[in-house]
Amino acid sequence: MTAPATAPSERRLLAGYHALGRPAGLRDHRARYGALPSLGPEPGERAGTRLIGLLDEAGLTGRGGGAFPTGRKLRSVAESGRSPVVVVNAAEGEPLSGKDRLLLAVAPHLVLDGAVLAASALRARRIAVCVHSAESAAQVESALAERGPVRSVAVRVVRVPGRYVASEETALVNHLSGREAKPAFTPPRPFERGVGGRPTLVANAETYAHIALIARYGPRWFRACGTPDAPGTALFTVSGAVLRPGVIEAPLGTSVAGLLRMAGGPAEQLQAILTGGYGGAWLPIRRARTPATPAAFAAAGAALGPGIIVALPARVCGVAESARIMRWLADETAGQCGPCTFGLPAIAEDLAALADGRAGETVWRRLHGRLSAVAGRGACRHPDGAVRFATSALRVFGPHLAAHRHPGNCPAAQGPGLLPTRGGR
Amino acid sequence: MTVPWRLRLNPILCTGHALCAELLPEVIVLDEWGYPILSPVPDELLSLARRAVADCPTLALAIEPAP
Repeated sequence: MTAPATAPSERRLLAGYHALGRPAGLRDHRARYGALPSLGPEPGERAGTRLIGLLDEAGLTGRGGGAFPTGRKLRSVAESGRSPVVVVNAAEGEPLSGKDRLLLAVAPHLVLDGAVLAASALRARRIAVCVHSAESAAQVESALAERGPVRSVAVRVVRVPGRYVASEETALVNHLSGREAKPAFTPPRPFERGVGGRPTLVANAETYAHIALIARYGPRWFRACGTPDAPGTALFTVSGAVLRPGVIEAPLGTSVAGLLRMAGGPAEQLQAILTGGYGGAWLPIRRARTPATPAAFAAAGAALGPGIIVALPARVCGVAESARIMRWLADETAGQCGPCTFGLPAIAEDLAALADGRAGETVWRRLHGRLSAVAGRGACRHPDGAVRFATSALRVFGPHLAAHRHPGNCPAAQGPGLLPTRGGR
Repeated sequence: MTVPWRLRLNPILCTGHALCAELLPEVIVLDEWGYPILSPVPDELLSLARRAVADCPTLALAIEPAP
């Protein structure tokens, strides 16, 4: 695990880690944050009322990539009136993301606090913590052992396959219900019918850690950093050509350039930033002043996703990198929906033809047609993310594509790929 | 004109038999891999749309009021 960069301006989730210099055990955690507050429900009180009120006021949004308002998500689950299942999503399917793994390694009790708070507020009887690696599973298990049994709630740690789409929320629900970890057609969404047919709250591990702090310090404290539309801090996994790659915590609204500085700054001249991961989008380096909020990123053609920032150096060919990543995204299809199963490999093939200098006018036209034909036609958002990624590659590396009109004209394309497509899985 | 009905496709169930596109070419076109792309259903084609739903061999199509 890469150590986080030093001296960011605001730190919350990682404050304990930076102060201690080691992962926080339960004693460290209690010494820093005190006991878990009680947020009901009292007898006769509607499930979730107080916690949902706090989350609405805080303006917390999901940190797994969807940026959906967390209070609203809890309300949907509570409205069913049935005892739900609480799922912590730390499966982190994006190969370039490391924040949830870091969080479970250094501050597992913050995540568990958030899950326990949500479970007791919603009168849930089951919590499932979903992780990918054996290492993360062991860290959660030992944190659970320290805490002892949670009153009237059964907590289990579940390992999820390393496939890209296995961490999608309906895929987790399928996995936890004993089916294959593949996305499902919705509706019904998990909050209506999830694990074992029960209403299910699926939220990202980091989101639960923020819940643990909001419950203690309140919405005003939470809003003291970040922007009015995107309050609070977020974890970012910064990699590529920076001097100190790793996970950093920064207020939402910090510029891309600011995030790079917190990761030690560029290690060499950069040309573009990959935002949001492989299901995200390229941002040209001249737009590095874009603030990291979901809305500002979307307006700039980027994607915040789960806080992935990758610095692409000028010496690397963005077209060749994108073609390679697109191939990987095509291979990661669950193979359930026709437009994704056949469309993504077709798009990958066209991008590869472009990168190799084999693409004529027909391939260009066909590629644009394919990109507009595939988005929005899968059961999950995987094809949408892949199309967004490929479309952003054409936009951002458009000027450089001229060098790819003939085979061999871009020497940089011949080099080994920079961005990992296996993520050590 | 408001279109009160729309078709909904479960893309996991759909295997591209393409019967729907034959019954309802005004509303359903096929992509290059043979999978349907849906448009809103005009009133006058409603009964054909219902037939397309009923005839789908994998029960992948549904018809529902447009939101």
